[in-house]
Amino acid sequence: MNLSLLIIIPLLTAIGILFCNRSQQVKTISLFGAIVQLVLSLFLLFQYSQLHIIGSADMMFQSSYSWFKPLHINYHVGVDGISIAMILLTACIVIAGVLVSWTTEKLSKEYFFLLMLLSVGAYGFFISLDLFTLFFFLEVAVIPKYLLIGIWGSGKKEYSAMKLALMLMGGSALVFVGIAGIYWNTGTFDILQIAQTPLPIDIQKIFFPFAFIGFGVFTALFPFHTWVPDGHSSAPTAASMFLAGISMKLGGYGCLRVATYLMPDAAHAYSWIIILLATIAIIYGAFATMMQTDLKYINAYSSVSHCGFVLLGIGMLTKTSINGAVLQMVSHGLMTALFFATIGMIYSRTHTRLVAQLGGLLKVTPFISTVFVIAGLCSLGLPGLSGFVAEMTVFMGSWQNPDKWYRLATILACASIVVTAVYILRATGKTIMGPIRSTHETLNDAQWNERLAAGILITGIVIIGMAPFLINELIGPGTDEIMTKVLGTVNP
Amino acid sequence: MSIDFLLLMKHEMTLIVIIFVLMFLKLGKDRSNERYMNIVNALLLVNVAVGFFGNEDGVLFAEMFRTNKLMVLEKNILNVGMLIISMQSFVWLKTHKHVPEFYILLLSTMLGMFFMISAGNLLMFYLGLELSTIPLAAAANFDLAKRRSSEAAMKLIFSSAFSSSLLLFGISLIYGTTGTLVFSEIPLHLNNHPLQIFAFILLLAGLAFKISVAPFHLWTADVYEGAPVAVTSFLSVISKGAVLFVFVSVLYTVFKPLAGAWYNMLFILSLLTIIIGNLFAIRQDNFKRFLAFSSIAQVGFILVGISGSSAFGSASVVYFVLIYVFSNLAAFGVISLVSSLTGKENISDYKAFYKTNPVLSWILTLALFSLAGVPPTAGFFGKFFLLFAGAGKGNYLFITIAALNMIISFYYYLRIVKTIFMDENATPIAGIAIPLMPRLALYTCIAGVLAVGFISYIYDYIHSLSSGM
Repeated sequence: MNLSLLIIIPLLTAIGILFCNRSQQVKTISLFGAIVQLVLSLFLLFQYSQLHIIGSADMMFQSSYSWFKPLHINYHVGVDGISIAMILLTACIVIAGVLVSWTTEKLSKEYFFLLMLLSVGAYGFFISLDLFTLFFFLEVAVIPKYLLIGIWGSGKKEYSAMKLALMLMGGSALVFVGIAGIYWNTGTFDILQIAQTPLPIDIQKIFFPFAFIGFGVFTALFPFHTWVPDGHSSAPTAASMFLAGISMKLGGYGCLRVATYLMPDAAHAYSWIIILLATIAIIYGAFATMMQTDLKYINAYSSVSHCGFVLLGIGMLTKTSINGAVLQMVSHGLMTALFFATIGMIYSRTHTRLVAQLGGLLKVTPFISTVFVIAGLCSLGLPGLSGFVAEMTVFMGSWQNPDKWYRLATILACASIVVTAVYILRATGKTIMGPIRSTHETLNDAQWNERLAAGILITGIVIIGMAPFLINELIGPGTDEIMTKVLGTVNP
Repeated sequence: MSIDFLLLMKHEMTLIVIIFVLMFLKLGKDRSNERYMNIVNALLLVNVAVGFFGNEDGVLFAEMFRTNKLMVLEKNILNVGMLIISMQSFVWLKTHKHVPEFYILLLSTMLGMFFMISAGNLLMFYLGLELSTIPLAAAANFDLAKRRSSEAAMKLIFSSAFSSSLLLFGISLIYGTTGTLVFSEIPLHLNNHPLQIFAFILLLAGLAFKISVAPFHLWTADVYEGAPVAVTSFLSVISKGAVLFVFVSVLYTVFKPLAGAWYNMLFILSLLTIIIGNLFAIRQDNFKRFLAFSSIAQVGFILVGISGSSAFGSASVVYFVLIYVFSNLAAFGVISLVSSLTGKENISDYKAFYKTNPVLSWILTLALFSLAGVPPTAGFFGKFFLLFAGAGKGNYLFITIAALNMIISFYYYLRIVKTIFMDENATPIAGIAIPLMPRLALYTCIAGVLAVGFISYIYDYIHSLSSGM
């Protein structure tokens, strides 16, 4: 399959939207584009499973065109299992995001145009095998978020949008220094070539922090997580879903593919710092969530905590833990998107997101409430749903690291699950159980678009939860490849 | 010989012809302003077209004048910029009493810049520089009724005179220490003698005035604010671009032996320029002042690229100036329209601009994104290559500080985007019907902003020319 289709389709959709006049046309085209994206990603998965040799971690469907010749910049794309998992995640969230925004009337043309532009950035980022192209798409995905939050957001939207844009741009500025350093020490931007000729450890030690912190800002690395709560809570529903489901994953994927894969020695040297920061993020995020009263803030702070697991898995540097990190990215993406979608549904009906002002929703909106419970249970790691699989894998992998301090970190991270259970159960209980407010008694339940969006996301969550071996087989070879780099350089 | 001479100097010759045609037109019967402007724009279009024909290297008048493909390209970029500015000033000039004079002044300035770019001798260089500043000061005074405009002209002429004297002092010291004024011979006599370094510093300061590098930037904001928008955009794009071209070629060829010395100077100057430009830009409310400070910061980034001292460095500078022409002129085009039709020049006047003028808002937004360096606009590629070229020297602290400064610049560019899209305003600027000429100019700019980055051939071509330098 030609991978460039994954960029071209959303781009064409976006351009098509520009030529529409009526809001209904815009939505139809966006939905159509999103469906094509999902079909394409599923087809990609199918072709990959057909053509892919078991156990091999080769990048499939590669294509490469020269872009800026004197600088050896190529448009080089290719995918392995990890990228495919991310692409599937993106496709699911795009379609769900379009569906839940079905009732958007304010400047709908611009709104859907920006959503599509954002997905161009995400797909491009996940398929890039060239650092320049990767960086290009990383930045493509930032500015639409600024506009989405600033124009369609709620609350202190301008402040949040600016904070988010500046922090993410700061992150990409650091990434820039990292990749410029890699280029001037290897003479190429090509990820595969750089991986074959390892950089000297001194060089790695200089540029690893730039790349890791840079991408880390995107994935809420402590102490650069402060954009997450404000950004998520001010964003419109679909933008929150994109932000938590796709955008934060760009960071995790970058930490793995660029920082850890290309500079494994430095990853070893600095792993204790990563673990420290990740553990702080997990525990701090969990406790901060306990104090929140706004549903979106609850989910935003719990995202900080959950993305901490991704970084913890990467920092532990065992095969299982990295597998877990990828699983957690996919799982958290689906789960948090579902959460935000449900919060959006509740908010559009009750016009409040404060837990204290909600209650008893199960009686009037059974569908939404059920989805809310599923998202909550997935978040706290109930077996059978994706959250359990991912977190369990991270913990198993982390425990394999024999260092006693690392084990302490693992224990602390495990303990945070209890806190998660507290805030999730409390929020769920207060929102959907108990006495209902008189003004909420006439709410109508989910519409077709909302049901469909929730259905798609829940399907993903349940498939991963019930049959984790499927996704494990998909991402396994990719993480193996990263691990051989990490281990190969330590025990030659 | 005669034909060669015409071909090699085709840019200058065309300009001289146009200037004379305009003079004769002024002597003849009175024409309406629109008529004049149609004629001028047609002539300028011919001027742009002529520039692309014939691409020969050559040296004339005992190395006083030289030309090569890179210089031809640089002049073409300036020609395109001039055409765009001329089309954008349509609305402003329509009611002005002295249209031909305005163009004669600007085109003389251009002529000076072309001679400066092609100079092969410090005297010729100085001559070109003077020709490019004095008419410009007169043009800055072209809002005849406004006092601020005269003030701007005065400030421009004083600061130019001061910088010229520094430059002349530097030139004479260089002549004193090397015994020659010819570009190709100077490097042979340079040996890092302290007096030579001193001479170089004077020369650098003189040039730094022209491109408003901190701490020589103090005139910029006042002049930009006072001068008519057309002149401001000329100052910030064409005039700056020309001096930057010369700056690169002089540093990379004539003063190559002093590279160790000027790297350190550029290091300090560029960081200072970026930081001062950025910090001052944050607080501005007048759009022209704002763009003045943001353009100071942009020059700082260009200096980062120059400090790379490789073919990447010079290619990225030429490439960036090309992008800068499109993106800055797109911004100035919108401001020029709004300012000449409504008289509003403040950023706060643009609140809720999107409600009434969606097309202009998007043009302005794309232009600002390109200036900020956000993909997919061309500015991203420009900034990337500048910083990337600078990183080639291996001074990553420098690059990190510069890259982090991008955040500040994002802040103030996004602040305007916020004003346009997100702020509430009971009385936004009324809907503006864009006349044909400015419309064409704006669309050209936007096409440039969106396409130049993706058409990698342009960069490849510039790079192939620069590596021969």
